[in-house]
Amino acid sequence: MNSSIDNPLITRSENLERVINYNAKSEVSVKTKNSIKRSHRQIKTEVVFRRTLSVIGWLMIALVIGILLTLIWQSMPSIKKYGFSYVWTQVWNPTASVVNPEVFGALPFLFGTLLTSFLALLISIPFSLAVAIFLGEYYPEGWFSNLLMNTVELIASIPSVIYGFWGLAVIIPILGKSIMTSSLILAVMIIPYAASLGRSMIRMVPANLKEAAYSLGSTRYEVIRSVIIPYVKSGLFAGVLLSLGRALGETMAVTMVIGNNNSFPKSIFSTGNTLASMIALELPEATDDTHISALVELGLILFVVTVVINLIGRKIISRYSNV
Amino acid sequence: MTAKKNISSKIKFRIGISGFFKGLVILFAFSCVIPLLFILFYIIQAGASKIKWSFLIHDELSDSAGILHAILGSFEIVIFASLISIPIGILCGIFFSENKGSKFTYWSRLAVDILQGVPSVVVGVIAYAWLVRPFHQPSAIAGSIALAIMMLPIIIRSTEETLNLLPDSLREAGYALGLPFHRVVLKVIVPCGISGILSGVMLSIARVAGETAPLLFTAYGCTFLSNDITKPMETLPHLINKFATQGDPKVLDMAWGAALILLFWVLLLNIFTKLITRKWKVQL
Repeated sequence: MNSSIDNPLITRSENLERVINYNAKSEVSVKTKNSIKRSHRQIKTEVVFRRTLSVIGWLMIALVIGILLTLIWQSMPSIKKYGFSYVWTQVWNPTASVVNPEVFGALPFLFGTLLTSFLALLISIPFSLAVAIFLGEYYPEGWFSNLLMNTVELIASIPSVIYGFWGLAVIIPILGKSIMTSSLILAVMIIPYAASLGRSMIRMVPANLKEAAYSLGSTRYEVIRSVIIPYVKSGLFAGVLLSLGRALGETMAVTMVIGNNNSFPKSIFSTGNTLASMIALELPEATDDTHISALVELGLILFVVTVVINLIGRKIISRYSNV
Repeated sequence: MTAKKNISSKIKFRIGISGFFKGLVILFAFSCVIPLLFILFYIIQAGASKIKWSFLIHDELSDSAGILHAILGSFEIVIFASLISIPIGILCGIFFSENKGSKFTYWSRLAVDILQGVPSVVVGVIAYAWLVRPFHQPSAIAGSIALAIMMLPIIIRSTEETLNLLPDSLREAGYALGLPFHRVVLKVIVPCGISGILSGVMLSIARVAGETAPLLFTAYGCTFLSNDITKPMETLPHLINKFATQGDPKVLDMAWGAALILLFWVLLLNIFTKLITRKWKVQL
């Protein structure tokens, strides 16, 4: 019996099997037999449970690879037909006619996506930075600080279709449909992401650093500018990257207020379209195979861009929590 | 004398800058809340008059048009998504917290990180490619799958982080009594962290309850009460989008009512999550 445990080729359950057989042959009481059977069953369940857990771990990897492969496979007809010119073509014409042949080019939407997202980011950074500094440095504790933090986080929980609807009813009559309008609404939506990360980063700045600066006669502003901000710089950058990831993929609010124009945007006050809004607009009604695959290719571009941005952001954050 | 004056005026200037900066920060920080209040106020004002009993118990096709089909459809799709994602998510969270150092866990966790960053509309495209295109018909179950994929990373993260907070002595006490692994996990670890896991589940439901983009081409929407999950089904966010972009003032009124109900539901879920988190002191 002992030798079989030492033998690495025999697994735990096999060993138990031998023990049970051995005991079955020998004359042991029914009670002992039952308890041996029970522990055998439990070990079997344990093995099954452990396997289930690792299968689920594999499932996550398979899911992500599956998503990537599905996107590539579904956009194959369009990739084959247009190749790299897809990214540089400025015309998107799904309805073929004698004068205008069917052609798909993603450049206006790529540009529209980048433009709306970066504009939104530019508008939102001062606000999210202010919330982070206010809650991290000026009022880090107390019910008032919690109230403001919860309120800011509430901004993220409002569904994007409601932002779009509100923008359609309130902002559009004043400013009209344009890239600028959608950036404004996007800016409000992405404030909480950078703000809450920045707040927890600023809270982590060691007190002795700040105290050293104060004891040298620095004012509060000087401490924030030359001690706190340099210390959390890359953390703030990660927060901004995460909000950029949100802004790039945001669909409904942008689709409702951007004006849905397939031509190349002339300025930030003209109408346009983004990658996400194109998919949301045309995929529900698309029937032609090339049209569908061209739309899926938009999704593929969006997927790759957001994944890269998110991974960089998360990498920076994880480095932070290790230090 | 002038040097001293110079220094004191310099100090005054620096203190002034500091005060100015503080004012600026407070101004910017508080102006974030203004759009939120605007939206809440506007939607409550525009939607409150529309909320009547008949609005809630009829579907779009009946004489007194209502949104019952969208409310039930939203519930059904979210419940199916939860049925898929909650068991998988919790088990995956357990797996991550029980196998911390391994290489495989690292890659698997990276996959979850990627999943969290995928835009909702791309998740919709995936469900469309997997379940709508092969069967040539939009279906509610495709919408549920899309929402389930979006719920997974949130549940996994919160489960993992809650279980990581539990002391190892709990686990060791279980093993010392001779309990097998699955009983230690299911009877000791999970009950101890149930509040954190629950709040993660609630948070994920709150996140997907208002999602429209993945449902546009999966659940698609319809105008009547339907309980068949292999057929198109209407949901609240989709209904709002549909009505809001039509421009007909009567229909617009219904959209405001629906928006108020959706907002109410999502905010309720969020506040509930916050309360659980605060009561059990879970960090998410």
